[in-house]
Amino acid sequence: MPPDNPVSARGLITFAVIVVLALLPPATAALGIGFYVDIFTRIMIFAIAALSLDIILGYGGMVSFGHAAFLGIGAYSVGILAFYGVDNGFLQFGVAILASAVVALFIGFVSLRTSGIYFIMITLAFAQMIYFLSISINTYGGDNGLNIDRHSEFTRFIDLNDANTLYYLVFAVLVLFLLLGRRLVASRFGMVIRGAKSNERRMEAVGFPVLRYRLAAFVIAGAMGGVAGALLANQDLFVSPSIMQWTRSGEILMMVILGGMGTLVGPIFGAVVFLVLETALSDVTGHWQAIMGPILVLVVLFARDGIFGLLSHRCAESRRG
Amino acid sequence: MDPLLVLAQALNGIQFGVMLFLMAAGLTLVFGIMNLINLAHGSFYMVGAYAAAATFQTTGSFLAASIAGIGAGAAVGLAVEIAVFRRLYARDHLDQVLATFGLILFFNEMVRIIWGSTALYATVPAFLAGQVEILPGAPYPAYRLAIIAVGLAVAALLYLLVGKTRLGMLIRAGAADRVMLGALGVNVKILYTLVFGLGAALAALAGLMAGPIFTVEAGMGENVLILAFVVIVIGGIGSIRGAFVAALLVGFVDTMGRAFLRPLLATVMTNAAADNAGPALASMLIYLMMAAVLFFRPRGLFPPRTR
Amino acid sequence: MAEPLLSIAGLYKHFGGIIATDGVSLQIDEGELHAIIGPNGAGKTTLVAQLMGELRPDRGSIRLDGHDVTALPPYRRSLRGIARSFQITSVFAELTACDNVALAVQAHAGHSFRFWRAARTDPALREPARAILGEVGLAHRADTQAAVLAHGERRLLEIAIALASRPRLLLLDEPMAGMGADDAARMVGFLSRLKSRVTVLLIEHDMDAVFALADRVTVMVYGRIVASGTPQEIRADAEVRRAYLGEDEAA
Repeated sequence: MPPDNPVSARGLITFAVIVVLALLPPATAALGIGFYVDIFTRIMIFAIAALSLDIILGYGGMVSFGHAAFLGIGAYSVGILAFYGVDNGFLQFGVAILASAVVALFIGFVSLRTSGIYFIMITLAFAQMIYFLSISINTYGGDNGLNIDRHSEFTRFIDLNDANTLYYLVFAVLVLFLLLGRRLVASRFGMVIRGAKSNERRMEAVGFPVLRYRLAAFVIAGAMGGVAGALLANQDLFVSPSIMQWTRSGEILMMVILGGMGTLVGPIFGAVVFLVLETALSDVTGHWQAIMGPILVLVVLFARDGIFGLLSHRCAESRRG
Repeated sequence: MDPLLVLAQALNGIQFGVMLFLMAAGLTLVFGIMNLINLAHGSFYMVGAYAAAATFQTTGSFLAASIAGIGAGAAVGLAVEIAVFRRLYARDHLDQVLATFGLILFFNEMVRIIWGSTALYATVPAFLAGQVEILPGAPYPAYRLAIIAVGLAVAALLYLLVGKTRLGMLIRAGAADRVMLGALGVNVKILYTLVFGLGAALAALAGLMAGPIFTVEAGMGENVLILAFVVIVIGGIGSIRGAFVAALLVGFVDTMGRAFLRPLLATVMTNAAADNAGPALASMLIYLMMAAVLFFRPRGLFPPRTR
Repeated sequence: MAEPLLSIAGLYKHFGGIIATDGVSLQIDEGELHAIIGPNGAGKTTLVAQLMGELRPDRGSIRLDGHDVTALPPYRRSLRGIARSFQITSVFAELTACDNVALAVQAHAGHSFRFWRAARTDPALREPARAILGEVGLAHRADTQAAVLAHGERRLLEIAIALASRPRLLLLDEPMAGMGADDAARMVGFLSRLKSRVTVLLIEHDMDAVFALADRVTVMVYGRIVASGTPQEIRADAEVRRAYLGEDEAA
């Protein structure tokens, strides 16, 4: 694990990413390709999801194959409240965070007693349960999904109908979570999580009740995933069970690995690459997954540190030489 | 509730159970011996189903279709083992999960490229198309009975193979202490390939038998795969006996749940509520069962004794 | 007579057909350095695992300072004052030596639900960590990644981590395993300086070290205690000599 230098390759790259994303709307507007704002709003939403997964996966070593469930819970919180005419964004997002956190608490409480393949399977199983639950409840659309009439309302000054406004809201959340995440993983709490990933047995012997810290991390990650889901609901104005399909959890995992696990900013790259590849490839052929699949296999086999890993090696080398 | 209906559904549950067993057996062997999580196991099931259905459509021969199905599944399995899995044995589970997830995407898309996106039609062979009277007044599809018979036969054969043959002894030794096996001079590489091929063949067999009952389409493997994982987790990873017991349990509970939960709930709540709650609860049932088992027995019902 | 710091009574543990701990009863006084010796397979490490709470005994009890700790999980025993080092080095490989020890310090510095302040620059954690590394002689390697340390240095780090929790009872499981003569001599020197501050239960194969350091020695064979007493008594015991020390006359 690279040390937390204040000024490092990672810091520079992170700064660059934030600047590029901040300038994207005016830049694309000037270039006449303003539709990119929508695409990158979506990318940033998944970047938030991937970032939240990175906290428990990259730093905590908890391989959760059910993270998409929290996106779904967050999205449906917005959708269901909107269904009943509640458009207040603070309320919707509040419920999204609370609901995801509570579900994460329950899932984590049961799953974190296990490890390895069992943990992977049980998180997958819980995500499946929630997926099937959402399919079966016809009141909220069931398999067909639920339309949302209005965006979340955050005071009358913020109009999420405007693509740029939505973009900057998502951007703000991403930057906030990135900065909060960095503080979290460097804090005492973060050290416990990282120590437990490194050597759980020693952590217990040294005096840490590892389970409760892992559970807290799991809840935090779940709540962040819920926020991503709530933002997604705002972008699509539509929620459906397909958000929570297990293949979606796999895709978020892919983003974390593609970008670089255990770096927080890596998952942002991962989200960009994955979604750009998906869009680009599906323009070329409807069968883009036939290419995406092998790419993932190759990345896992030969480029395990992901894009960020490659980038930061280059950066470190050029600074040395 | 009609007792004959209950009997029919119970048999359906057993039939589903033996199919899950065929999937789970390969999965648990591969995981138990090679410590490899293979999410693409469902793809062998799918390949078996497609190869058999396509062959049957062109030749009309069930025998040819069966051979093609199992052959294709085993062939794909071996190819993947040599090309990809040999590099994955030494990696951690996360890497295996991700890499095999990539394989799933690839295989699903390949069958769409070759056979299109619409489902392939697989028919029950003529000699099994009828019904059998298992009890007076209780007809049951012959094909499903045949599946049960084949499944039980395979289970018996596996039991003999693992318990009574030299290969089986190597398999059990490998499951208990893989490093030691290599140190004893056993060609572990070939053993791995054999075991992997066997697992893939079993999955393909399950797939080709499932074709006429379930739809043959891309992604068909994943639903069964997840259930198969639930089975091996409940049964105890690495244990064939555990896989057998758990598979029958899961198949039975899932089928009976889907058939009878909604009517049962309708007796205590409104029809509308039961319409929502019934299917929801039914699909969640096995996962709840798995969670319960893991809570009390974190390593499954029959965990093999390993170092 | 003061109550012993550690009181083990009738400890029994079996794995399938193998009895690892067969009715072990032992008392360790505060300030003592008590060595446990015995051939491989005698159940010494299993005993340590039960003392630390990583294994549950089938029967028997363990009392620390008069309190029954038999049912407590490892982290609680650590908080009560028991620390152990591992026979097979078990450190946090990706972290620096200072990080390793600082974690142990952190575990005993209240709860860790602190999400904001950076742990690596927190003097409350780093200073005690560096101090302990200085004690074991690793101060110059504080900022080196644990994975890169030499074997002897990692054995020292093992002990440093255990010491960081300011234990009352230190369980050392073959601290000198795999060490060359120089490293071992340094370790003996360190342990003898440690003696006055901490009660130590030492498992070792290095007989020179054992007889130089121990106040009392217990001999275990096949999970049972066959002899217990001062080093001189043990050295003179014919049973022990036959079973373990070898037939040739001890010097």
